[in-house]
Amino acid sequence: MKITKLTRHIAAALLALPLVCGSAGAYELTIPSLDYRTGPYAPNGIPFANGFGDYMNMLNERDGGINGAKIKLVPCETAYNTKRGVECYENTKGEGESGALVYQPLSTGITYQLIPKASVDKIPVFSMGYGRTSAANGKVFPWVFNFPATYWSQATVFVQYIGEKEGGMANLKGKKIALVYHNSAYGKEPIRTLESAAEKFGFELLLLPVDHPGQEQKSTWLQVRKERPDWVLMWGWGVMNQVAIKEAASIRYPMDHFIGVWWSGSENDVLPAGDAAHGYLSGAFHQPGGGFPVHADIRKHVYDKGLGLGDRDRIGEVLYNRGLVAAMWTTEAIRKAMEIHGTNKVKGVHVRDGFEALDVDEARLKELGLPNFTIPVKISCENHEGPGKVALQQWDAKAKKWNLVSDFYEPLRDITGPLIEEDSAQYAKENNVVPRICK
Amino acid sequence: MIYRETGQFKTSYQADQALFPIAQDRYVIFAALIVFFGIVPFLLNEYWLNAIMLPFLIYSLAAIGLNILTGYCGQVSLGTGGFMAVGAFSIYKLMIAVPELGFIPLVLLSGLITAAVGTLFGLPSLRIKGFYLAVATLAAQFFLVWMFNKVGWFFNYNASGMINSPPMTLFGVTITGPEGDMTAQYLLVASIVAVFALAAKNIARGRIGRNWMAIRDMDIAAELIGVRPLMAKLSAFAVSSFYIGMAGALYFSVWLGAAEATEAFDINQSFLVLFMIIIGGLGSILGSFLGAAFLVLMPILLKNIMVDGFGTDAALAAHIEIIIVGALIIGFLIVEPHGLARLWRIAKEKLRLWPFPH
Repeated sequence: MKITKLTRHIAAALLALPLVCGSAGAYELTIPSLDYRTGPYAPNGIPFANGFGDYMNMLNERDGGINGAKIKLVPCETAYNTKRGVECYENTKGEGESGALVYQPLSTGITYQLIPKASVDKIPVFSMGYGRTSAANGKVFPWVFNFPATYWSQATVFVQYIGEKEGGMANLKGKKIALVYHNSAYGKEPIRTLESAAEKFGFELLLLPVDHPGQEQKSTWLQVRKERPDWVLMWGWGVMNQVAIKEAASIRYPMDHFIGVWWSGSENDVLPAGDAAHGYLSGAFHQPGGGFPVHADIRKHVYDKGLGLGDRDRIGEVLYNRGLVAAMWTTEAIRKAMEIHGTNKVKGVHVRDGFEALDVDEARLKELGLPNFTIPVKISCENHEGPGKVALQQWDAKAKKWNLVSDFYEPLRDITGPLIEEDSAQYAKENNVVPRICK
Repeated sequence: MIYRETGQFKTSYQADQALFPIAQDRYVIFAALIVFFGIVPFLLNEYWLNAIMLPFLIYSLAAIGLNILTGYCGQVSLGTGGFMAVGAFSIYKLMIAVPELGFIPLVLLSGLITAAVGTLFGLPSLRIKGFYLAVATLAAQFFLVWMFNKVGWFFNYNASGMINSPPMTLFGVTITGPEGDMTAQYLLVASIVAVFALAAKNIARGRIGRNWMAIRDMDIAAELIGVRPLMAKLSAFAVSSFYIGMAGALYFSVWLGAAEATEAFDINQSFLVLFMIIIGGLGSILGSFLGAAFLVLMPILLKNIMVDGFGTDAALAAHIEIIIVGALIIGFLIVEPHGLARLWRIAKEKLRLWPFPH
């Protein structure tokens, strides 16, 4: 199977060569895809990249692109490595007539690198629900968008969920909550928020870092066993997730008291632990499953023509849908940019305006074939985080299915708001950025 | 015939002691300097300057540093990543605290701070050697990265532990931060590398360098003829860390612009630089450049040939690239175990005799 796939790739590459050369002339929308199909994070990077690419290819095949302008997807392999990510950025930013229209770095480390660079090159960065949380402040970060919700919002949602399960926020007093996190910029993001929340609600916060890539967590979970926290939160990615869930199962930690960030809640993460993972929770901002009309379109227009990037039966996995929703918002922003500027020949500068005026409500989601798929998103000049709402999903090991088990919670803005102000002000000061004024 | 030094008489001690006594070597060096300073910055675009030339030069500087320690003094070190982190975090704190000193003094200062730290971690080398010393320097690597990740003061208590290089100018041109002028960045780094590569070549052939090599070849014999191991080993650690610290400072402030300790300076950095000097050639300044070129340029070159040239799938290209680079490393080491620099030396011998090899 491996060999046939390899030959298929080579054949596709050879076939594509004349096509690439022949199609010069028409205005194409260049969208680089910084994906990682190699390295310790590949199990998570692959489904995301497939969802992202399949949606774009579907638009090309079904509608001939966006308003008739074809999308040119430029994949570049980063292996979740910051240096390679920067190389990819420099390599792809000038690609094609349009230049790169938007970057989806898919790594907090790479996002931090690209925030200053992209602002100078005038290309928007869409770090969907990851990256620098304080980029939610559009006054300091005009070129960065991190909707639909940030890690900090998510952390406060988890605290609310825990409070609800404990029978009220007042009962959080004296409780012990552990945070198992990837010891990197990404994993450290929620700490400050959780510290503020711990102070406010009187629970004790236990910090347990796990070093890259997270294969070895025995000592971490021994500590969990010793300290017996009431709840465990996890900010993990890649192989770290699977290992953590397996270790939690081996110390018989109750799974319904173990909540992962939305990057720790895909099929890849829970399947290796088998039935023991039943009841594990994670954050989510979209529905799992492959039964939406858009999935049918992808099967029909992309996979039936042999253009699919992944395996047909993996359409609808959590991370596949995550990539798909990223592609949907990206293309909607480009559509909006075309509408605002009245031309199909948009550039990065215009797409930024499109992002800032983005308004994808339920009616529009329905038109796109994604009814009730995710929360309505409306972006403004000062708020680049959008709604900030997060729900929880739970793994059903018997049915091998994720299910949304809660409503979408509003984040605790009285905690996140001041922290965002403070952090963005520090960035502005260190980098001589004058916050713009939003009308 | 091409490389024959017949007729090049040295009539003064000065001429005899010149850095490059053979005229052909001097021409090559001058030609290289003209190419790197006069042609490259005007010929290449931003992608080439930023994504290829800068890392190549910065890794060359780090490789020269490690080559001083490992190649010339024989002390194996796996702490390069940690020492680069010292340089990077030093310049970050200095750029925030005393930007008025100017960029180049700050780079030198970061080098000096790293030299002090390196000397400290070099102390075990007085008692232990070889693999055991490698383990001791490995401890330095892990300790330093852990410290920069753990102690908030180093990254100004940023929520995510990231450091960002603030904008700084040199002669009125912005060189760090996102608006840094790429040509200026390249010229600055190339100048620093050129000056310190020549300095390293000079140190290595002088008294200090000979002390290092004596220690490397047989430390007991060196001690008997009057080389002080304490001075020789610690000076090697200090000079080596100075170079690596400068490389780390440039790596963070000029090239990357933002870094986090665990990712940018992890153990793979140490291995990468060590492989550079093994492939390039131990105990050779030229080898440091060749090794850095091999390990920095080859993967990017292969990627560009496969992805842009043949339109290969990006992921497939990444896998093939790993295979090819691995095979090339093994291939080169079988053909020439002493590294690429040795190949050049052999070529020089051949050129001297050519076209009459007997």
